[in-house]
Amino acid sequence: MRRWFATSIVIALAAVAAGCGGGASGTTTESQGTTSADMCAKDQLKLVTPGTLTIGTGNPAYPPWYEGGEILGSPFKVNDPSTGEGYESAVAYAIAKRLDFAKPDVKWIAVPFNLTFRPGPKNFDFAMQQISYSKKRAEAVDFSDSYYDVNQALVALKDKPLANVTSIAELKDEELGLVVGTTSYQYIIDNIRPNKQPLVFDTLDANVAALKNGQIDGLVTDFPSAYYIGNVQLSNAKIVGRFPTIGSQEYFGLTFEKGNPLVGCVNKAIEALRADGTLKQLEQQWITSKAHAPLIKQ
Amino acid sequence: MDHEQGARPPDQAVAAAGSRRSRILGGDGGTRSILIATASTVVFFALIAVIVVTSPGWPEVKKAFFDPEVFADSFPGIAEAFLLNIRIFMIAEAIILVFALLIAVLRSLPGPVFFPLRVLAIAYTDLFRGVPTILVIFLLGFGAPALQLSWVPTDPLFWGIVALALVYSAYVAEVYRAGIESVHPSQDAAARSLGLGRVQSLRYVILPQAVRRVVPPLLNDFIGLQKDSALVALIGPVEAFRQAQIDEAATFNFTPYLATALLFILITVPLARFTDWLIARDRRRQLAGHA
Repeated sequence: MRRWFATSIVIALAAVAAGCGGGASGTTTESQGTTSADMCAKDQLKLVTPGTLTIGTGNPAYPPWYEGGEILGSPFKVNDPSTGEGYESAVAYAIAKRLDFAKPDVKWIAVPFNLTFRPGPKNFDFAMQQISYSKKRAEAVDFSDSYYDVNQALVALKDKPLANVTSIAELKDEELGLVVGTTSYQYIIDNIRPNKQPLVFDTLDANVAALKNGQIDGLVTDFPSAYYIGNVQLSNAKIVGRFPTIGSQEYFGLTFEKGNPLVGCVNKAIEALRADGTLKQLEQQWITSKAHAPLIKQ
Repeated sequence: MDHEQGARPPDQAVAAAGSRRSRILGGDGGTRSILIATASTVVFFALIAVIVVTSPGWPEVKKAFFDPEVFADSFPGIAEAFLLNIRIFMIAEAIILVFALLIAVLRSLPGPVFFPLRVLAIAYTDLFRGVPTILVIFLLGFGAPALQLSWVPTDPLFWGIVALALVYSAYVAEVYRAGIESVHPSQDAAARSLGLGRVQSLRYVILPQAVRRVVPPLLNDFIGLQKDSALVALIGPVEAFRQAQIDEAATFNFTPYLATALLFILITVPLARFTDWLIARDRRRQLAGHA
């Protein structure tokens, strides 16, 4: 009896303590990015390392986003982002140039996907690794405007019936695979509505291994990556097609720590690159000129 | 419980009744102990709460890890995916309990004739206790289907369960073996002198005593297995942890992990308390036996 009494005291006091603690939490003042011309001058920018634009991206750095191979002594595998080759690398240097950063003033660091949106200080100014905008995600990080409008796409082994589908309806009974953290999942669940639970892997490599093993019938990822996997990386696979946009256009944005004023300056740069045709030219050079696939019917 | 205590001399019964409480509270378990324990608990947790809540990053952390809206949105889906975890660890545990016993018996077989079987059992436990579970899951999950043999299943769920069963059987076999070796050799000698064969002695005299003694550590390994069922996600199946990851990526919010942790705790904590209770009961029985 006495023990129960004591226990209830503990609970009551803990509740009081928790209540006090909750009340004591301060209010945050979020500084919103207001942009004026001089705020975007190189020496006015609030950067992780003053004078250097630090960009976070995934490692390995895959084509067609990054190309040009590895650099000895660099931690990046497959390709090194600092080559300036590949779509994302090229766009990053174009943005940097608009902000008055010379090529050596741009530093790339490897950032796992989860760490791009983890709360707390970031060790990069923005992340650039094919991150799709969504309203919900924008509550955790600030997105730049689109630097690439993306479609999902399908890769299959050449000798599977899936290799010849032309419409979404034909995919209902197939085992699809995708990488966790991608918007491919939502596309599959919302639009293909498969009868089998898709398999979800940690990395694109694991997803490709499962495709090779026949553990999945088809692999869904963004179109440029799908093209690289289907027509370059695997000899016995092919890109089946691009999925149509259903609902609003999906796009990749750069992600910033919430409230980072840099996003306004970067948006201006992206706007200018779109206006003068640079974005279109880079997209043509690194993606459109190489990758093409039929559109899968809705 | 009361019946057993009543059978003991009064002073021993009092000591036993106080012991469980005093083990947790510290001191003699009296009023003073309760007050001190209460005060220090309140101060301790209040201090932690104040440090966390007044930290500069707390508003951000609160939003990223304790978002009630995200929790409510993600919980039903994660709970449904958790059914797959339950399926994984129930099937694996059934295989483990049988397979591990076989390994333990093989390792306990006496005589030079059985040397190769003993070596096999030892090599097995050494190998699968030594290799990290996550590697076994990866190697089997991607390696076995890559052989492209038509009779080898490609289902990742199958290989995930096989990998868990292989790893945990190695641990559980050692638990069984400890139980078998804890049975005094005189038990076997007595059984043999009554005319029981070697196998009969093992089956009717040694194993019943051995298995009963190791039930608590077996449950301990079962709890470990339940948690490791999340590792199967690495080769594709969407269980609770993976579903949480999917929700995390969709919202850029870590609250779904909290929902997953809660589900695991709902299963593992009652089992842990049950294990404690079994150990306590076992101790009482042994004490009663020696009194």
